[in-house]
Amino acid sequence: MYPDREGEPMSRRKTERLLSLVVCLLSTRRYLTAEQIRQAVAGYPEHSEAFKRMFERDKEELRELGIPLETGPLTPAGHEDIGYRVQRQAYELPELRLEADEAAVLGLAARVWRSAELAEAAAGALLKLRAAGIDTEPGADPARAIEPRLATTEPAFGPLWQAVRDRRPVTFSYRAAGRSEPQARELEPWGVVNRHGRWYVAGRDRGRDAVRVFRLGRIEGDVRFCGPPGSVTVPAGTDVREVVRTWDSAPPRENTAVLRVRPGAGYGLRRYGTAAPAGDWPGWDTITVPYSETGWFADHVASFGAGVVVAEPPDLRDAVIRRLKGVLA
Amino acid sequence: MTPPTSADRLRRLLALVPYVVSRKAAGLADTAAAFGLTERELVDDLNLLWCVELRDPDPYCPIDLSYEGGEIVVSQAESIGRPLRLAVDEASALLVALRMLADVPGLEDRSALSRLIAKLETAAGEAAGPSTQVAVQVDRPAGDTAQLRDALERGRRVHLRYYVPGRDEATERDVDPMRLLVVEGRTYLEGWCRRADGVRLFRLDRVLGIELLDVAAAVPEDAQPVDVDQGLFRPSAADVHVTLEISPAGRWVAEYYPCESAEELADGWLRVRLRTPDVSWVRRLALRLGEDGRVIAPEELRARVRDDATAALAAYASG
Repeated sequence: MYPDREGEPMSRRKTERLLSLVVCLLSTRRYLTAEQIRQAVAGYPEHSEAFKRMFERDKEELRELGIPLETGPLTPAGHEDIGYRVQRQAYELPELRLEADEAAVLGLAARVWRSAELAEAAAGALLKLRAAGIDTEPGADPARAIEPRLATTEPAFGPLWQAVRDRRPVTFSYRAAGRSEPQARELEPWGVVNRHGRWYVAGRDRGRDAVRVFRLGRIEGDVRFCGPPGSVTVPAGTDVREVVRTWDSAPPRENTAVLRVRPGAGYGLRRYGTAAPAGDWPGWDTITVPYSETGWFADHVASFGAGVVVAEPPDLRDAVIRRLKGVLA
Repeated sequence: MTPPTSADRLRRLLALVPYVVSRKAAGLADTAAAFGLTERELVDDLNLLWCVELRDPDPYCPIDLSYEGGEIVVSQAESIGRPLRLAVDEASALLVALRMLADVPGLEDRSALSRLIAKLETAAGEAAGPSTQVAVQVDRPAGDTAQLRDALERGRRVHLRYYVPGRDEATERDVDPMRLLVVEGRTYLEGWCRRADGVRLFRLDRVLGIELLDVAAAVPEDAQPVDVDQGLFRPSAADVHVTLEISPAGRWVAEYYPCESAEELADGWLRVRLRTPDVSWVRRLALRLGEDGRVIAPEELRARVRDDATAALAAYASG
């Protein structure tokens, strides 16, 4: 997969240096000064400014890999006042043993993100677990009869996950349902939730000082951080899943429609309806169907065309007729 | 694909040593396969590890290994004999996926799932925290899935009553179950449909009734399972190309249906193009949209939608 190393001696030397640095920092109990590290690890320049720059970059790379690099005071204090080390307890993945059935489920879970935002993270996790001695070969997978996938086609997913993870506020441009112009929003994100296959972010909308839920697919352009990591506090006891569920759930169906339905038509309504005594419409079935909101239900009924006619209530009947006339407008 | 960086390679090297250590010894070929490398690339990694030298102040080699006879043995791993802890993203990717699986109907091995979640949470420690801020909800099918599970496990044919919303029809068919797919938050049965003589997906929340038949499922050898990574919608040359214009209130259409293109028009209207093997659902969609949508092409579809609306209004006029 990777290009021939012979063509990239720089890269190889850098890998060697970083690896030596990790081993060196893990092998020490006491904090080492930068100078001691330069002495122990091959590949650092003699010149002190050049060394400092390179060492800074290396420390950053180790942190990005998730290596818990610690800084601390030196005893006895010399002319340098801080030192570095990595504690093995903080570095090492704790002992982990999996039964065969657990390992099979693990293989299934690792495939969920395939080709989505966290695919690389899932692969990285699997690599570490394999390194801990766990075998997750697909051959040993009894759950083959099921194939779950999670997609993150919304470009906002990546930055919003980072914002949630690092507790940072964000700004973005959002086009709410039915609005023609997007609006700028500033959000303290509490979590991201996938519902009916779509991603949502929930949190405190700073502009409105209230809890809001946004659909990621309606965010236009970039999501930008607008505060440092750690500056968002998720209120204790917050269940983001519940926040999104409440926001997205249909209101109770408190109204009842009486519908005439042609035989062989209207299955999508019959499923939720109850047969009622036939009225004065020979050749039609009559059903009653509960519904919550007239506008949405009128749209739904209109979609059945001449197969379904609203008998009652009048406002629903009018709304459907308006919809149908709109088609001809 | 971007070429791996030094950091990528370091990540791999830090996994490679414990991989061998935890197995006492590991074959070159197997290890290369596990890490997605060629044997030559793996040997290059092993040589790099072996070359590491520290001066403390006298030079010494912290890692000692051999791969004679195609078997890798690490005799000295110093401080990198165990893998690095899981990062937040890594722990989250697995935990979010596992909690989603716990929601999936038809996954029988719930006990293994909860044991694994508990073990990973413990192993990840603090890194497991943020994973609770990502949640995936999988739609639950209307009925219970016990019969379907049974059919899948025992390899039995089922009879389905299945609702096709595009045509507003309840259909009857015999299906030889293949797999359950969970895609875009919905659960589907993938099976060989004996009515269509092909692989079909059935959304479980549209199954009106299911009956286990006393017949063994017979999926043809050459039945092609759906490649879920390519998306569920598979374009075909026979598809009809449809152009719609939708108002701001109708923009949900562009989110709900896979559109090939979307073009902004004046006043927040949108022109979308989509392709479909069956236009009946577009006719129903156009009625639902009313003045919030217009069929632009094909002309024949535009005419049929007007006929549909005229016929429906006539039914109202006579009642």
